[in-house]
Amino acid sequence: MSTQDFGLTETQRDIKAMAAEFVDTEIAPHARDWDRAERVDPAIVKRLGDLGFLGLMVPEQYGGVETDALSYTLVTEELGRGDSSVRGIVSVSLGLVTKTIAAHGAEEQKQQWLPQLVSGDALGCFALTEPGTGSDAGALSTRAVRSNGDWVINGSKMFITNGTWAKVALTFARTDDGVTAFLVPTDTPGFTATEIHGKLGLRGQATAELTYDAVRVPDSARLGQVGKGMGIALGALSRGRISVAAGAVGVAQAALDAAVRYSTERTQFGKPIASFQLVQELLADSAVDVRASRLLTHQVARMADAGAGPKEYAVDASIAKYHASEAAVRVSNNCLQVFGGYGYIDEYPLGQYVRDARVLTLYEGTSQVQKLIIGRALTGVHAMV
Amino acid sequence: MSLRIVVCVKYVPDAGGERGFAADMTTDRESSDGLLSELDEYGVEQALRIAEALEGDVEVTVVTVGPDDAKDALRKALAMGADRAVHVSDEDIHGSDVMGTSLLMARAVERVGFDLVLCGMASTDGAMGVLPALLAERLDVPQMTLLSELTLESGVLSGRRDGDTASERLQARLPAVVSVTDQSGEARYPSFKGIMAAKKKPVETLDLDGLGIEPDEVGTAGAWSRVLDATARPPRNAGTVVSDEGEGGLQLAEFLAMAKFV
Repeated sequence: MSTQDFGLTETQRDIKAMAAEFVDTEIAPHARDWDRAERVDPAIVKRLGDLGFLGLMVPEQYGGVETDALSYTLVTEELGRGDSSVRGIVSVSLGLVTKTIAAHGAEEQKQQWLPQLVSGDALGCFALTEPGTGSDAGALSTRAVRSNGDWVINGSKMFITNGTWAKVALTFARTDDGVTAFLVPTDTPGFTATEIHGKLGLRGQATAELTYDAVRVPDSARLGQVGKGMGIALGALSRGRISVAAGAVGVAQAALDAAVRYSTERTQFGKPIASFQLVQELLADSAVDVRASRLLTHQVARMADAGAGPKEYAVDASIAKYHASEAAVRVSNNCLQVFGGYGYIDEYPLGQYVRDARVLTLYEGTSQVQKLIIGRALTGVHAMV
Repeated sequence: MSLRIVVCVKYVPDAGGERGFAADMTTDRESSDGLLSELDEYGVEQALRIAEALEGDVEVTVVTVGPDDAKDALRKALAMGADRAVHVSDEDIHGSDVMGTSLLMARAVERVGFDLVLCGMASTDGAMGVLPALLAERLDVPQMTLLSELTLESGVLSGRRDGDTASERLQARLPAVVSVTDQSGEARYPSFKGIMAAKKKPVETLDLDGLGIEPDEVGTAGAWSRVLDATARPPRNAGTVVSDEGEGGLQLAEFLAMAKFV
C-alpha cells in the first residue's frame, strides 16, 4: 500500500484503482491527440456515464452512486492526472450542474434531468460568467422577465465549459428581486452556443459563448426560489472548489511522475540528470507541493464526509483551491524545466500540463478572490472592492 | 431452474512489478502487490455476458485458491458483477503444484454446485494453462479450451477456437468446463456502483477440513513436481545499431529478408 493510500478504506482504494486503470488505458493515451484536435472524443462521455463517473454522490434512485466526498476527490484527481479537459467536463457537469439540481431541484426537475446527466446521455453547463462579469459575478446582466406565466431570458454568457455539448444550461439571470436560476434546455428556440477556439489549455473541452435571444422557459424550469439564484451559484462554486483542487493535484502529479521518470532516463555528462542536485531540488520541491495540495484537498472532503455543509467548509475549500492551483502551475513549470528542450515539443506531455494547469488560478474564482475570501474569514473585514 | 456458473480465478503478482521466488522455490507472493490475473478477467466477463443474455436466472460464483490477499482478486470479480465468492485458503496449501490446486478447485466447485465452469486460458504467473483440463478430468465433464467465442443456448455450449492455421467450431452439453482466451471479448471495468455493491456480496472461506481434503494430498507433500532452482533470464542483447549513411534502407531490407520477415 503506497503512503498515499494510508487512511483510505478498502472501498476508497478500489474506487481510486479503478479510476486510475480507466484513465491510464482509455484517457491518458489520447490526451495529446485530443489537445491537438481541440476536442476530446465525445464517445468518452457515455463511457464515463456507464461506469459511474458522472453519478458520484448522486442518490441511487436517480441512477447515481452514493460514494463519499473523499472517493469523489480521489476519482477527480485521477481524471486530472489523465486529461484536464476530461476532468473539467466531469467537474462542471457533475460537480456544478447535476449536484446543484440534486440539492435544490423540485422532484419533477430531478426526475427530468438527473437520470440522463448521470448516465452520460446528457451533459450540463453552468452559465454564470458573462462577457462583462467574471469575478464580479453578482453584477451579471442577463435578464429574465415574467411573461404569461413563463420567463423570457435575454443576455449572453462567456467561457462556459460544455457550452456546445450540453443539453441543459443552468442559467443565472437577473430578475426583479435579485438573481434567479433556471434550467434551460439548450434546444429551446433563441438559445445559441458558439464554441470558442484558440484556448491556451483545456483545448479538448468545448468552451462556449452562449446567447439568449428571447429564450422562453416555463416557470417549472426555475430552479429554487426567485431571487435566491446567487446563493445557489455561490454554493455550487464552493462545492465545486474541491473538484478543481483535486484536478489541480492530478495534473501536478502527472507532471511530477513524467519528470521523475525522465530524470532517470535522460543522461548528460555521462549520467542520468537525476544525479544533479539542482534537478533533484526541482523534483523534491514539486513533490512537497503536490503532497501538501493533496492533503488540503482531502481535508475538505473529509470535512464534508463528517457532515460539514458548504458554508462550513467554504474557507477550507478556498484554501485548498488556491494552494493546489498555484502549486499545479509551479509544479508543471518546474517539471517542464527538468525536461529541458524536449519538454517544449508536444510529443512530450509537459507542455500540455503547463497549458492545462495555467487556467486553474484564473477560473472558478481567481487566486486573488480566494485570498480575499480567506482574508475576510480571518479578519472579518470584507476587502473585495 | 437457476443456471450455476462458477468462474475460477487466480491472484497473481503484478506482472509490471518485481516478481521472484522465495527461499523454498515457491512464487514470492509477499513482496509485491497482487491482483486478479488479467487473463481470468475474460473468464469473469464471459460468465457475466451469459448471465446477461439469459436475463437473470443465473448465479455466478467466483472461486479462488490462494493466500489471504487473494480476497482482492475475488473482490474485483464481485465488483465486475459476480454474485458470490468462495475463497479456499489453508496454511497447508502452500507449495501446491497444479495437481494440488486442481484438486482443491474441483472439490470447491463441486461443493458450490455447477452447470458451467469458466476459466481464463492460463495464469499470468505459472502460465502453464493446464488447470482447465485437469478440472474437467477431476469433475468428469467435457472440456472446451482456448475459446475465442462462446455462446450458450438451450443447455448447449457453442464455441470457436482459433489456431495458427484453422478455426474450429466446438459444441458441448452442460455441465462442462470452458477456458476462454484474451480474444473472447473485452473484459469490463467494474463500475463504481459495482465496487460499492461488492462489499455486500457473500464471500465464503473454506479450509482443507471444509473440503474434506488431507494435508498430504496438497502442498509440497502432495506435489507431483518440484522446482529445483530458478535463474533469471539474461537481459536481451542491445541488438544491432545501423547508422544510416545512405545505405540504411538497404541494410534494413537485408536484415528483414535474412530473418524471413519479408
